Amino acid sequence: MVEVIQLLINGILLGSILALGAVGATMIFGVLRFAHFAHGDFMAVGAYFALSVVTVFNLPVLAALPVAMAATAGLAVAIDQLVYRRIRRVQPVILLISSFATALVLRSLIQMIWGSSNQVYQTGIQLPWRIGPFTLKPDHLLIFLAATGLVITVHLFLTRTRLGKAMRAMSDNMNLALITGIPADRVIMATWAIGGALAAAAGVFLGMDTRLHPVMGWTLLLPIFAATILGGIGRPYGAIFGGLVIGCAMELSTLIIPGSYKPAVAFAIMVATLVFRPQGIIKGTV
Amino acid sequence: MDLAGLLAYGLFFLNLVGIYAIMALGLNMQWGMTGQFNIGIAGFFAVGAYTSAILTTGPSPTWLGGFDLPFLLGLAATVLVCLPIAWLVGRITARLRTDYLAIATIGIAEIIRLFFLNEGWLTNGVRGIPGIEKPLGTGNGGYLLIVTAFVALIWLLVEMARRSPWGRVLRAIRDNEPATAAAGKDIARFRLQAFVVGSCIMALAGGLYAHFVGFVSPEAFRPLYGTFLVWVMLIAGGSGNNLGAILGALVVWLIWSSTEMLAGVLPTDLIGSESAFRVFLIGVLLQIILVSRPQGMLPERRPPMPGEPR
Amino acid sequence: MSLLDAQGLYAGYGGVDILRNTHLRLGADEIVVIVGPNGAGKSTAMKAVFGLVPIREGRVHYQGEDITNRPPERMVTRGIAYVPQEANVFPSLSVLENLELGAYALRGDHRPRLEKVFEIFPRLKERRNQQAGVMSGGERQMVAMGRALMVEPRLLMLDEPTAGLSPRLIDETFERIREVNQLGIGVLMVEQNARQALAIADRGYVLATGENRYEDTGPALLANPEVAEMFLGG
Ligand SMILES: Nc1ncnc2c1ncn2[C@@H]1O[C@H](COP(=O)(O)OP(=O)(O)O)[C@@H](O)[C@H]1O
Ligand SMILES: [Mg+2]
Repeated sequence: MVEVIQLLINGILLGSILALGAVGATMIFGVLRFAHFAHGDFMAVGAYFALSVVTVFNLPVLAALPVAMAATAGLAVAIDQLVYRRIRRVQPVILLISSFATALVLRSLIQMIWGSSNQVYQTGIQLPWRIGPFTLKPDHLLIFLAATGLVITVHLFLTRTRLGKAMRAMSDNMNLALITGIPADRVIMATWAIGGALAAAAGVFLGMDTRLHPVMGWTLLLPIFAATILGGIGRPYGAIFGGLVIGCAMELSTLIIPGSYKPAVAFAIMVATLVFRPQGIIKGTV
Repeated sequence: MDLAGLLAYGLFFLNLVGIYAIMALGLNMQWGMTGQFNIGIAGFFAVGAYTSAILTTGPSPTWLGGFDLPFLLGLAATVLVCLPIAWLVGRITARLRTDYLAIATIGIAEIIRLFFLNEGWLTNGVRGIPGIEKPLGTGNGGYLLIVTAFVALIWLLVEMARRSPWGRVLRAIRDNEPATAAAGKDIARFRLQAFVVGSCIMALAGGLYAHFVGFVSPEAFRPLYGTFLVWVMLIAGGSGNNLGAILGALVVWLIWSSTEMLAGVLPTDLIGSESAFRVFLIGVLLQIILVSRPQGMLPERRPPMPGEPR
Repeated sequence: MSLLDAQGLYAGYGGVDILRNTHLRLGADEIVVIVGPNGAGKSTAMKAVFGLVPIREGRVHYQGEDITNRPPERMVTRGIAYVPQEANVFPSLSVLENLELGAYALRGDHRPRLEKVFEIFPRLKERRNQQAGVMSGGERQMVAMGRALMVEPRLLMLDEPTAGLSPRLIDETFERIREVNQLGIGVLMVEQNARQALAIADRGYVLATGENRYEDTGPALLANPEVAEMFLGG
């Protein structure tokens, strides 16, 4: 039992990281109608941006977080303007291929700029808190709180602001959004900015929890898509739910199968969703 | 480089072009003709490579070897082993939309990789399987003949398939699925068939690769890069066009190889890691192709409909 | 001067003309109905006027201004609102959010407009926090019309507003359309319930294979035996 609860704690932590990635991915999927394969690499780029801030200015990671988020948001918008915008009208699948190329370009840039070896924000070992039989690292609590804060911010943005509502509307019914006179280009830019910023946050948190390496994001791409599909494409709240479910399932699976097959668990849940309930647990918009 | 060195390099180069061309032809069956987005190429490739490696090597205490089968039987086995796997994968995914299929195929490739990595009793884990021999003691020159023969054979098969009524149905599914379904075609069945055939071709390429390099390990393929290169080849060559797929393999492998030389002359401080720099260049190249010439070097030419003048 | 004047339109999809020399005219304060068989190009005509289907030849004038092939955003700010035939609400958004988004392209306070829409459709006020996607067909049609009215249009374009509604709701919808028209809003609508629509219409057009067949006042079209035989079920 103790073990289960400990795994659940880890699962919620992983789940909040996945949720941040999945919220952005699902919004991009909803508004632009394609699976963005470079989303994991946005996470990695964000994590490395923060690393630069941490090392150059000698700041704590959380202070570097906003900088990394802003920089990644800018990068996402720039890539969209430079590449995706030009092929948007052709065919959604071409966007898919292009995002695949973006993923590799970003990853190789990381290797060229920051190197291929593992890196950490902070050397030295954090003493975990012991609460009864459970252990919790201070970083974990920090990550959880920060992720919750970001999710609440996104929620307020989506429900209280004009742009946020327009974003949901576009994800709901693109054609009607056009007819209504919602400026698609501006909403698309905002979607990239938010998706990029959230991915960066997820990447920084992942880096705090484990370590930084160039494929850190790619390895989480599959669980993120799994969360997106489970929660229903285009549904930010579904993505949060999906992220938590996938995160917990991946951690709990280590009770019965070798830990090295963890990614397979996310995949199995995803395939099961696609086969039995392709519109997601909560019906998606795309 | 002297003449002999150049010749040796040329043989090495062309062997790999041939193996990649086979993969590009397999992908063309799935993507170019049917519109199925498979980015799990490396998975099927690995299935083929490991199958032939395990079946044709001598006994070993650390992995399941010792079958010592001849080369051609090993290659035949790649297809036989891939067949049920691809069928199962295709069965599950045949009804999925393009983007879901894409996501699902990464997952499959990843699971296949994890399997080969973790099931050491079968595959020797990270250490990989060495000592896979070329048939009849041929060198790279002799092997090139074999690879070329396979390229020609596969090209003939997929080109015949493309011109057949079956190929026309695939294209109809790709271009207008609802109308094809309305015409009474069993879309899922045709898709499944194309997926299985394409995947088995990739597995065959994997088998040829294993015997060419003589060694397989989970990292030997650099799974993602392999998949990515095949995609660049098909898109650059012209998806839907089988000659385009082969031409794409040649040109992109030429570019890929020359990026190695470019990376060699540029100072390391400037580019960091050599392989990263090469992937970067190829990624940028693909973006440029997609933005400026998405139909590729040899655009698809549709075979005429029956009764239509040629 | 007419509110809307479309002359000699040629437009279609992927280079194939669906509309062939189609023309439509609507005076301010008029209700004009387009009827015709399925696939006649009625919806295409609406989309072409609203800039959603490219017009290859011909011009559309609105209040004397050339608006041919303008993007939908510009139509909205000029005072033209369009309710498409299908998928005309944002299903996962609440009724209130649907209405608010209707006014997205406009500046200024939208609360007075919202009140006006609630006056016409009191039911929407009751259910303003409901998700539009789970509402009945009749209610969704009200949301769609309400959304369009949020831009305070001079011209309201409705594509089959009564499709799939019960007879009682059909009557009510036509009643609402009349009310809207009495506020001084011109209404251009496509209708399958041709009899009832022509009964409230000032004028009507009969479209077949993308061409104008007949045009006349509502009552005259109703009385025309050929039209009756072709499109009104005898
Ligand atoms: N998006 C589209 N792409 C291609 N053809 C279309 C499209 N929409 C409608 N059409 C074709 O245009 C013709 C007219 O359609 P439409 O204007 O919807 O007719 P109506 O509204 O009078 O029933 C039909 O033959 C239809 O098949
Ligand atoms: Mg219609």
